Amino acid sequence: MKHKTFFWFVLPTSLAMLLFIALPIVSVVMQSVYAPHEQVVIEVDNCDIFGCTKSTMVDQEATGKLRDAEPLGRFVGTDIYVNRSHLAITEISLAWQNSAGMGEFLSEVMNLPFYRALAFTLTYTFVVTPLVLILGFMIAVAVNSIPSVLRGPTIFLSLLPMIITPLIGSLILFWMIDSRGIIGTLIQYLAGDPSLSMKASTPLTWVMLMVYGVWHSAPFAFVVYYAGLQSVPKDTLESAMIDGASRWQQIRYVIIPHLVPLTTFIALMQLMDNFRVFEPIVSFNASAHATSLSYFIYDDLGGETRLLSSAAATSVLTIVGVAVLLTPVLIRTWRDFGRSKT
Amino acid sequence: MKTLVKGTLVGAMMISGSSAVYAGCGISEGRVSIVGNEFPAIQTVAAAAASCAGDGVEVASNLTADHQKINVAGMQGNPAEYTSAIIANSSIVALMNEDVIRPLDDLIAEHGQDIPKNQLITVNGKVMAVAFMANAQHLAYRQDVLAELNIEPPTSYEDMLTAAEAVRAAGKSEYPLGGAYKAGWNLAQEFVNMYIGHGGEFYQPGSAVPSINNEQGVAALEMMKSLSAYMNPDYLTHDSNGTNAEMEAGNVIMMNMWGSRIGSLQDDEGAPPEIASNIVVGGPLMVGDSGSPATTLWWDGWTVAKNISDEDAVATFLAMKNGVSPSILNEETMGEAVWMIEGYEPAPVNQGVFASIAAGSTAYPMLPYHGLMHTALGNEIADFLTGKEDAAKTLSDAEAAYTTAATEKGFL
Repeated sequence: MKHKTFFWFVLPTSLAMLLFIALPIVSVVMQSVYAPHEQVVIEVDNCDIFGCTKSTMVDQEATGKLRDAEPLGRFVGTDIYVNRSHLAITEISLAWQNSAGMGEFLSEVMNLPFYRALAFTLTYTFVVTPLVLILGFMIAVAVNSIPSVLRGPTIFLSLLPMIITPLIGSLILFWMIDSRGIIGTLIQYLAGDPSLSMKASTPLTWVMLMVYGVWHSAPFAFVVYYAGLQSVPKDTLESAMIDGASRWQQIRYVIIPHLVPLTTFIALMQLMDNFRVFEPIVSFNASAHATSLSYFIYDDLGGETRLLSSAAATSVLTIVGVAVLLTPVLIRTWRDFGRSKT
Repeated sequence: MKTLVKGTLVGAMMISGSSAVYAGCGISEGRVSIVGNEFPAIQTVAAAAASCAGDGVEVASNLTADHQKINVAGMQGNPAEYTSAIIANSSIVALMNEDVIRPLDDLIAEHGQDIPKNQLITVNGKVMAVAFMANAQHLAYRQDVLAELNIEPPTSYEDMLTAAEAVRAAGKSEYPLGGAYKAGWNLAQEFVNMYIGHGGEFYQPGSAVPSINNEQGVAALEMMKSLSAYMNPDYLTHDSNGTNAEMEAGNVIMMNMWGSRIGSLQDDEGAPPEIASNIVVGGPLMVGDSGSPATTLWWDGWTVAKNISDEDAVATFLAMKNGVSPSILNEETMGEAVWMIEGYEPAPVNQGVFASIAAGSTAYPMLPYHGLMHTALGNEIADFLTGKEDAAKTLSDAEAAYTTAATEKGFL
């Protein structure tokens, strides 16, 4: 392609990416190094229908002057990043000095909101992603081997979890695992403990959120693998059969190698998707037991008093997290690309 | 409903008869756009304000439980999208912090002399909102079950624990207590109640420095934990709707509930009649010996946005004034809330709120930084209730989380 043609070809995409990806990131980074001005608080008398009380309010005139002088706010540099709600450098070093052992240190770290959210986010990502790959592959192989008359309806049914909106899907599961719901009662019966509640236990809540994650995302892996299965070369499979390969050997030595590039693709998408896990935590009302980085941002933005700088700092840290997570996969893709070129 | 429509029509006809130029409510032109929470009383107010719509006057409303997430953003633009926000004493603070609502004194002088003075909410001598209803949390209980077991309706949380044990021992219900203990805002609200009930102060005098890690704080948390032993194990996921459903299902016998929610417990939807007819209200619950009930008083009121034209401000003022005028009260709307409107006659369903006011309860703090405290409490208290840490640790975590947020916001 000529350079000029190439330029005009990618221009619209580049512009859109600049506008919708690069600029917002710049704005978020800016927001994270500035904080609102010192508030000038004055004592006032408030009178409401229940009587008068002494209270305080923000002096808008004085604060407004500060705001006009520096519209971006106070420059705080990395203060927000290192404060207790984010990387908590001071708290961690204190915990390191004062803890008797590793266990105590870890429990101190897990008590900090950012690390707590990070721990769940990473656990969720690294448990759900491989399970989705494995389960999706198994469904695809199974569907591929059933008679073609039944395939259409089966595919449709297998895709349902992905079609249902995450909020609704998790809400349905939320009611089923209620201690009076169908799954909740079944588990109580199986465990022989009538007071067992999945929603009241932290480990069980984590398990439940991950089961939901696998349930919701497996159809995506299934569809991609199923499409890949249609392109497995018939002659290679037939020669394998003639050589006396068992069904397992055909899968292991013909089908899986053929599907490896797809696996990279699914892993990439799933790592990104799972790292920003959010909806199930809202639907399951699970915030007492599990919070994720996305939920953490939502919480900062959804309170009565919004913490924009804090939310921005968490967003930047999330972007860094995604970048770190994807690096190995991207390096691998790059290598494969280089190999196919030579 | 029919009578309401008829009344509105007649009213509209009368007004249009008296003055052909004006649309309803004496508004000549302008835009009115209301954002607010969604429950029956507010729907009534918004509907009455909407009846002012007409020639050159637009009235729109967006009522949603997520109103607090959108009202500040929706009023910060110039001109603001929402010309009026219906808020409570906690949420007006966020609007004042961002300076998006205007003082109403000039509008009252010109157009609102007939608004009763006790409805006006003044901050630093300026009227910032007009209240139209009061709300509070108080006891709701099943009179049939308590009467059968010969238990007096509890007046304190200590009595409630004894009563709960008796109900459980009698096999009436395994989890006889309820409460909106959902982690987050609801849970923090229960702590605020309990802490005030123990006589606690949230801040060091005259400053925004937190002071909740003390005897009263520990006592408040311990009481919440004792109560939770009698609640459905899933209590940390139950908000008012969740715990009301448990009451309607007959599982919950006693709970601390919002006055504005009692009507929906007693109606013929949800609970079978033998349960619904036996749900009655008590007064606010006491705790410890501070003499102050463990509840907070709330008002709901309307405001006018700052970043709008004078014309829209006048239109909004008049439409909202009409929205809370005595004409909205009829048989159906009377029981929806404790209306701060002339002509309101208290119904039995509202006695809990009146008892809370009469008992000298504290109004929910209207401090610019208290929203941050509420959020910090909502995120930290669950750790104590689930047994992950002790009360003092939870309180110091909440103080630390609040301090971090308040420092970022420039309050400390």
